[in-house]
Amino acid sequence: MLTLASVSYRYAGATRPSLRDVTLELADGEVLGVVGASEAGKSTLCLVASGLAPRTIGGTLVGRVLLDGEDTAGRPMHAVATEVAIGFQNPGTQLSGVATTVYEEVAFGPMNLGVPRPEVLRRTETALDALAIGELASRDPDRLSGGQQQLVAIAGLLALAPRHLVLDEPTAQLDPAGTRLVSVAIGRLAAAGTSILLAEQKTDLLAAVCGRVVALADGGIVMEGAAGTLLADPRLAELGVAPPSAVRLEHAARSVSAAAAASVARSIGAVGE
Amino acid sequence: MGGIWGPLALALVAIVLPAAAARVLRRLGRTSLLLSLPIAISLLVNLFFFPGGHQVLLRLGPVTATAEGLAFALEILVRIMAIAGAITLFYLTTRPHDFVVDLERRGISPRAAFVANASVQTVPAMVERAGQITAAQRARGLDTEGSVWRRARGILPLVGPVILGSIAEVEERTMALEARGFTRPGRRTLLWSPPDSGRERLARWALVVALLVVVVARLAGWTA
Repeated sequence: MLTLASVSYRYAGATRPSLRDVTLELADGEVLGVVGASEAGKSTLCLVASGLAPRTIGGTLVGRVLLDGEDTAGRPMHAVATEVAIGFQNPGTQLSGVATTVYEEVAFGPMNLGVPRPEVLRRTETALDALAIGELASRDPDRLSGGQQQLVAIAGLLALAPRHLVLDEPTAQLDPAGTRLVSVAIGRLAAAGTSILLAEQKTDLLAAVCGRVVALADGGIVMEGAAGTLLADPRLAELGVAPPSAVRLEHAARSVSAAAAASVARSIGAVGE
Repeated sequence: MGGIWGPLALALVAIVLPAAAARVLRRLGRTSLLLSLPIAISLLVNLFFFPGGHQVLLRLGPVTATAEGLAFALEILVRIMAIAGAITLFYLTTRPHDFVVDLERRGISPRAAFVANASVQTVPAMVERAGQITAAQRARGLDTEGSVWRRARGILPLVGPVILGSIAEVEERTMALEARGFTRPGRRTLLWSPPDSGRERLARWALVVALLVVVVARLAGWTA
């Protein structure tokens, strides 16, 4: 279980905090969605949850980040990485840049951790299978589509055998085909019981895979609830978040039928006169 | 003093024959052509400006080509060709990635190996990026063809997007690497090592012995 207890975080050099008093719990096997407009603090939340902030990028953290109730403050990044893995938007910058094949790319994490070779091979193959990209194993990662690269990046995270996966808008820079590819893969991971913290603008993806969703605004949690209820909440649009297409369709259908009823009423009225 | 036969013989044995065996002789020749301009300049400078030459071959106004200058120029030429040929042969026959993996297996630090590997792979990526940006800027009317001056000016608008773009990515890349345990101290697990047959090992030792023989012979005053 990953817990953020009253966490505030301010980037190095920033005058005001980007995350304000956030308390959050990601249970094992849970898929938790995070919505919010740009600059609402989604990425910052991901960086803090993964341990990169403040370990790698500096800044000031107040509050505690706990793994199974234990404070992570003293642990170095490579020790946190095996518990919480994080993926980013840009598929290109997440690849190691030193692997000539997808297989090596996926194996990069466990190789860094000094995991024994047979275990590296087992994890790499399991990760490739989990994302159904076994057939890409011998390809050059630089020569893949954005969506495929993102799958390879996520497989590289799975190979770390993390307990929790943090994904910061994994489909933001992908075309519709790539988005579908990654969404299906995340759905499969979610169904397999991986615990995932998923920040996304694309609420359709959240509606499909999340059990619970929190909404951020100005660095703080403003709404929290079951995915179905929260994503249908009309206040979401006020936060600058587009509701899932199913919800929009329902709204559209309602307004169309209301308009139709009104026009019927008018014509009945006209006949009456 | 000096001579060209020694280096020539060495180049034949250590470069031309192996290149032929590896079937890269033609590519080696073509790549060596890239050196023609610096070689021509060095030949001319040595030929005309060698100090203390007496046997005059040719006079061109204030400068004189001497036989001593010619001998020296040729000596330098074969040396440059031998060095450049050896390096080119290495790159034509060895995948840089294999080389770095082997270095890491032999104990260089994972960070040094990463830097070496990443630079090898980053250069083609940056070339490709520069190509894309050039194409995009041309599509918007930037002139990148024509006279040398024009092309030189065309490079300037590339500097921002290519260089600064790469620098801007550094933080993201750093985070992604650290999130994958890159900063863990100690040795990494290596997945594979390049094949190294007994014959290759033998050849390597033979080369080391040959190198020692050459150095000792040279120090003993034997020249060719």
